[in-house]
Amino acid sequence: MGGGIGLNHFLLLSLIIFSLGMVCVLTRRNAIGILMGVELILNSANINYLAFAHYGGAKYDGQVFAIFVIMLAAAEAVIGLAVVLAIYQNFKTIDVDATETLSG
Amino acid sequence: MDLGNYASLAHFLPELLLSAGILVLIIVDLLVANKSHLGDLALIITAGALLLIALTPVTANAWLFHRMLVFDGFAMFFRALIALAALVAVWMSMGSEEVRGCDQGEYYAILLASTLAMFLMAESANLLMAYLSLEFVSLTSYILTGFLRHNRRSLEAALKYLIYGGVASGTMIYGMSWIFGISGSLDFTVINKALTAPGALPVLAVFIALVLILAGMGYKVASVPFHMWAPDVYTGAPIPITTFLAIGSKAAGFALLTRFFFPAISSLTASGSWQALKGVDWPQLLLVICVITMTLGNLAALQQTNMKRLLAYSSVAQAGYALMGFVVLSNDGIRAMLFYLFAYYVMDAGAFLVVMIVANNTGREDIGAYRGLAWRGGIVPAVALSIFLLSLTGIPLTVGFIGKFYLFAAVIRGQFYVLAVVGVINSVVSLYYYMRPIKTMFLDTPNGDEGTLAADTWNYGLMSVLACATIALGIYWAPIIAFANRSLNFFLGA
Repeated sequence: MGGGIGLNHFLLLSLIIFSLGMVCVLTRRNAIGILMGVELILNSANINYLAFAHYGGAKYDGQVFAIFVIMLAAAEAVIGLAVVLAIYQNFKTIDVDATETLSG
Repeated sequence: MDLGNYASLAHFLPELLLSAGILVLIIVDLLVANKSHLGDLALIITAGALLLIALTPVTANAWLFHRMLVFDGFAMFFRALIALAALVAVWMSMGSEEVRGCDQGEYYAILLASTLAMFLMAESANLLMAYLSLEFVSLTSYILTGFLRHNRRSLEAALKYLIYGGVASGTMIYGMSWIFGISGSLDFTVINKALTAPGALPVLAVFIALVLILAGMGYKVASVPFHMWAPDVYTGAPIPITTFLAIGSKAAGFALLTRFFFPAISSLTASGSWQALKGVDWPQLLLVICVITMTLGNLAALQQTNMKRLLAYSSVAQAGYALMGFVVLSNDGIRAMLFYLFAYYVMDAGAFLVVMIVANNTGREDIGAYRGLAWRGGIVPAVALSIFLLSLTGIPLTVGFIGKFYLFAAVIRGQFYVLAVVGVINSVVSLYYYMRPIKTMFLDTPNGDEGTLAADTWNYGLMSVLACATIALGIYWAPIIAFANRSLNFFLGA
């Protein structure tokens, strides 16, 4: 807890990363790029959990939550990449606009 | 009662059976060469889980696994509803031409895993468990949606589902982290105590956190503005999976939504209405979401020509109706919502089943394939689909009418007159697009190139059961409302 860095700094950092993730998701057209944005959003939440756990009174709840989020992010990446790979085999591109056949 | 790991197992039998069943399916899939009976095995496992649920009395409510899950009447209702949805999904998968070409062992194992995940979602009593189970449902749903590996629409639907789902659940846990920071706990009852305790509440922070959480849960029930995935995913996924997402996943979403927004952050008053946190105006927000959800769903459905897509928008609108029971903040409303979810299960499963029967025979899902359906060997499906669509509209003598009746009664008793008017107008608008397929099936003459329908006992059997249930429950609905009444029981750990 040294150097004058407190809870608010961490919250601000996580807010910035969350926003970057959102921007990434909304602007990227490449499927992998979008998945990277999702990853940023998940990790911004992790920073929050760890910061609240460290500065708050809760026992290990925050840390445990963060570990589970990391695990689930890995699981989601596995399925995400599998889908992207199948998309590539069928469409020869992973641009989400180019794969647009469903609409209306 | 606060049960430990071992003592919890006695209340956890349906889930244990499903978990064992998933493993058995995977192992049997490796051992046998003839995969055609794996569906039967999955059906037996699902029926067994349903039987266990029916036999479990809800005598003593309890916390399971050190307050991770809760065992109460409300959880029981959704366990039963989700198991019924899974039963229909497995049954439909066995009669579906699309699914026949897939890897059977994997398919049924993941379908049952998804069911297990939905059970857990309905029982969550902790933010961590809520997130884990919601994500478990999502991950299995992504795989099932993209299961037709060489079908472009199926893959595209899976990718869209994955992207929307990832963003929604990421947003949700970001909101949860704020609730965790403000209340200092992940446990629903402790959160409730912390937030309702006297003293200054960071109103704006709580409100923003709830909006972020709503993104994740609203995405599961497909409410506006988190509904965008629904039409594409419902259209692209294999039809049994579309059905399962429409009835199972949505019900699980409503379960979690209700459990979080009522027992976790509101308090029950003596008169049977719920008191939201002071200054945190989420009921107003949900009211707006509810109105927009049903209106947008109905308006978008008007111009659809693909039956799956039409039913997808209709399911968005139906989620809006069910939300009416939510925003009136009373036990009356929640009871009406439970009843409506059950009614929706019967009629929507039936409608998708008829779509699957037509697709099996003609390979088409557009409304053109229904031209003169009644006069080219499909009189039974045509009559059944008419019953389901009339029920979805809310015509008397069907279960959909009774469901809407309870919803509107709760809304009017809560003095939300404008909401009631909007709901009625929406029902009238929906009449147009629900009637169009009926007109096409009976009044239009076939071109001759649509093909004929051959009856098969497997699908026709389930269709008849659902059609009869739609009518029968519209005339004698007492058991269901009694079940909903019994289920209106949240364990708060007194």
